[in-house]
Amino acid sequence: MSNVQWDESQPIVSIVDVHKSFGTLEVLKGVSIDVMKGEVICIIGPSGSGKSTLIRCINALNDIQGGSITVEGLEVHDPKLNKLELRKKVGMVFQQYNLFPHKTALENVMMAPIKVLKENKADVEKRARQLMAQVNLQGKEDSYPGELSGGQQQRVAIARSLAMNPDIMLFDEVTAALDPETVKEVLVAIKDLAQSGMTCILVTHEMGFAREIADHIYFTDRGVIVEHGPPATFFTEASDPRTREFLSQIL
Amino acid sequence: MLEAFSQYFVELADNYPRWNFIFFYEPRQWARIVKGLQYTLMLSFACVILSVIIGVVGAWLQNSPSKWVRRCVQGYIQFFRNTPPFVQLLFFYFALGQFTPSVTGPDGWTEVPIISNVGWAIISLSFFAGAFNVEIFRSGIEAVPESTQEAASALGFSRFQTYVEVVLPLAFRVSLPALNNNLVNLVKTTTQAIGIAVPELLYQCVSIWNDYPSALYPTMLLLFVSFIVLVGILVMGMSRWERATRIPGYGG
Repeated sequence: MSNVQWDESQPIVSIVDVHKSFGTLEVLKGVSIDVMKGEVICIIGPSGSGKSTLIRCINALNDIQGGSITVEGLEVHDPKLNKLELRKKVGMVFQQYNLFPHKTALENVMMAPIKVLKENKADVEKRARQLMAQVNLQGKEDSYPGELSGGQQQRVAIARSLAMNPDIMLFDEVTAALDPETVKEVLVAIKDLAQSGMTCILVTHEMGFAREIADHIYFTDRGVIVEHGPPATFFTEASDPRTREFLSQIL
Repeated sequence: MLEAFSQYFVELADNYPRWNFIFFYEPRQWARIVKGLQYTLMLSFACVILSVIIGVVGAWLQNSPSKWVRRCVQGYIQFFRNTPPFVQLLFFYFALGQFTPSVTGPDGWTEVPIISNVGWAIISLSFFAGAFNVEIFRSGIEAVPESTQEAASALGFSRFQTYVEVVLPLAFRVSLPALNNNLVNLVKTTTQAIGIAVPELLYQCVSIWNDYPSALYPTMLLLFVSFIVLVGILVMGMSRWERATRIPGYGG
């Protein structure tokens, strides 16, 4: 992978004309998005419009049938790609947290750097404790996921992804399963991260939040991007009728 | 053996001829029981360990990307689960045993097969219980959500690492009650090794009551008590393990 040419003037994630089908059902019908380093991108749209599928294609949890996705110049769907190279660069947080229930919060955060990156345990533990503090979970290090609230679990999941020192973070509807009271604590953690310069791609239904932190918003419907723009203009000057209808129902 | 203890059973046999606890006062019979217990323990221990290993490996292979590997595992399960373990034992010893090479025995001139009857008993019983263990672990693995495994792959875990670090520890906890049952059955099934003359507890007991018919009831009583204790220890160990691996806030 040493021959990959990429520098920061090029998009860190480049999605070009991606097509994806589940059997005969075509979910993505030619989607293209460029993301620059440090940008925060929000993908919004009605259920079933393909936004979660799209974000899962970026770290190869789903394969694609056409087009290309590159991350820092790595061709994601090249069969010869070493997936570990990709997954070191891209962290992901899921709607259902998906913590490892048999490990404590701290062990969840420490596991991947120790097992996958083979890092020194003491160093990893130090970093893991810092990350737990960063997501405001000091004192919960030794709790098991089953003993934490949804919002706390989701923040552990964020810390767990960050422990791998990714360059890009993917958030797949991370607040959709949470109680309204706990949504905010997770959004605060994401906002801190976005403001620290992390490249973030979010699929979200939190319009207010998207408006606040996004550099660019994409609206998907039935497998295509129908509208996109910076939040200032996106919410007020959307020209596409489907986008306007969607926004009027939500805002 | 304690003098008074033996003396009591000598008198008991005199007064009640059907209750001749001969192994409590005749050292040669006692030695038979001890030897039988040793073999039963050894068989049980070896088969429990081997069958669990077979279960873990089989369940891993059952998820193999290769269709043929999956079919082989399925064939193995069908064969060993759907045929009687006693018939399997006889088949292994009498049919397969003919094809294994022989070596010169310890006396320097007799030919003995490379795998003894004890060896065949361990192999056959382990494969028998292993087939059930594969199914038990499979159901445990299926209880681990796909999304938890996805999270592991997103963190860079390989398929094997995900299996070892995430899937197995969770599947094991789910499987323990069913595994418990199967291992209890396995320990009891070791008595069938009598069919190929493995000198385990049942074999020794039958020998004793053939030699001394008056010892029939006491010897049967001994058999029941021995297995109740043996299985009791296993069950106690398993439930202790179950408690030790319980995750706070997870499951029941």
